[in-house]
Amino acid sequence: MSEDLHIKMRDVRKAFGAKHVLNGINLDVPRGQSVVIIGGSGSGKSVMLKCILGILRADSGSIQVNGREVIGQSTSDQSEMLQHFGMLFQGAALFDSLTVWENVSFGLIQGKNMPRGEAKDIAMAKLAQVGLGSEVGELSPAELSGGMQKRVGLARAIAADPDVIFFDEPTTGLDPIMADVINDLIVKCVKDLGATAVSITHDMASARKIADKIAMIYKGEIIWEGDAIEVDASGNAHVDQFIHGRADGPIEMDVLKP
Amino acid sequence: MNFIAALGRFVLEICAEIGRLCVFIKDSVWHCFAPPVYPRLIFDQMVRIGYNSLPVVGLTAFFTGGVLALQIYIGGTRFNAESLVSSIVALGITRELGPVLAGLMVAGRVSAAIAAELGTMRVTEQIDALATLSTNPFKYLVAPRVIAAVLCLPLLVVVADTIGIMGGYIVGTKSLGFNSTVYIKNTVDFLEFDDIFSGLVKSAVFGFIIAVMGCYHGYNSRGGAQGVGRATTNAVVSASILILSANYVLTSLLFSS
Ligand SMILES: Nc1ncnc2c1ncn2[C@@H]1O[C@H](COP(=O)(O)OP(=O)(O)OP(=O)(O)O)[C@@H](O)[C@H]1O
Ligand SMILES: [Mg+2]
Repeated sequence: MSEDLHIKMRDVRKAFGAKHVLNGINLDVPRGQSVVIIGGSGSGKSVMLKCILGILRADSGSIQVNGREVIGQSTSDQSEMLQHFGMLFQGAALFDSLTVWENVSFGLIQGKNMPRGEAKDIAMAKLAQVGLGSEVGELSPAELSGGMQKRVGLARAIAADPDVIFFDEPTTGLDPIMADVINDLIVKCVKDLGATAVSITHDMASARKIADKIAMIYKGEIIWEGDAIEVDASGNAHVDQFIHGRADGPIEMDVLKP
Repeated sequence: MNFIAALGRFVLEICAEIGRLCVFIKDSVWHCFAPPVYPRLIFDQMVRIGYNSLPVVGLTAFFTGGVLALQIYIGGTRFNAESLVSSIVALGITRELGPVLAGLMVAGRVSAAIAAELGTMRVTEQIDALATLSTNPFKYLVAPRVIAAVLCLPLLVVVADTIGIMGGYIVGTKSLGFNSTVYIKNTVDFLEFDDIFSGLVKSAVFGFIIAVMGCYHGYNSRGGAQGVGRATTNAVVSASILILSANYVLTSLLFSS
């Protein structure tokens, strides 16, 4: 096998009590490519990313990053690995005791011991890339709208120029124009910096734009994966239903039909 | 059978909790000593834990000193031992009431605040975010709070001792009619270094308990606003109980040595 895999997941399982969230995930993320994960709400997408980061501990299976096993690694190995990761959390997860620019430069100051002045310049540049002016940098996260918080989270995730970037719903809560700016930014991170990206999104327009590969997760398993251009001709009823957003089809939502 | 199973589950649950707590304490202590340290964060926490607790601790100590003088005077008159008031107030405040009351007041204020802050950070994924930004949450959040509390509590107790004795002095001279010079002389002559020192040792331990309980419950909280509320209550209750039991253990240890 010639493909250079950055992340390789095999039969990864994770349960919370009796609730089985991941039921044997197999996923390959090639180096320098952008993989988009699609799937219904509550199907375990965020949990999957957290298992790769080691924030949640998978129950069984194997997750390899750069060929090194993640499950069960020591805390120091984990923090060493995370130096090369950037993560945008679904809820932004900004530190509310710090200002916006301190949030963005956090990984540079704390993780890489960069002087504050230099880190602030980088933070302001990253904020500008996500469409936020320097006046926003001095505010506290609580003073921002939801979409602005999301963009600050995005700026923080890419601030330290990581090798792998995880985006948990990067465009949710943004207007269509800003969403497209963010899509371009993600593409740029992958193309220019050579980063590997894994994004979760419900927004098919965004998925088509940023993805090299698309994988669909359903009931804790990857039921389809392929190149982004193949998604319309996947031949998979679940995928078809999802990308066209139809209520009737093989995916049954747990809602009471009147 | 059901009852026995429930009992067994309960005992196992308690053992697991104690185990988790021990691991948490081990990690906290380790990260207090292992570099890097964050002097700025420690200073910030000292302001919040120590300086901001001064009014609460001062008022508590003042009224306790005053009421102690009154009560001992009432008891003392029955044995014609009114002259002991100043010495017993000083002894009671420095050895016991200063450290314990300061500890309990700060537990109410600070354990709750720490648990609420860390708990909110936990449920909003900020603690997870720390890890993805190459920062150890123990290093960044827990260690500064523990160090600050262990340093601040003895300082607070020095203040509490002073104000408490002063409260006794004011009540003694203004309403019980003691002579001011005699009152001060009795206090100073009678107090030994050991009385004050034992109180300071105890309070450092109380500071550790306060910070660790706040951090432990906050760090492990889950389940949104309700979970944070539960963490806050648990932090205050467990810190208070541990302070009172540690107080007994430490006093008997210091007593025997
Ligand atoms: N800490 C946790 N404890 C218990 N259950 C959890 C926990 N985190 C997630 N779950 C459960 O795991 C399932 C998958 O959650 P996850 O957050 O991965 O969904 P998702 O695919 O990201 O959905 P969405 O698109 O809505 O964000 C959910 O049913 C949720 O109830
Ligand atoms: Mg999610």
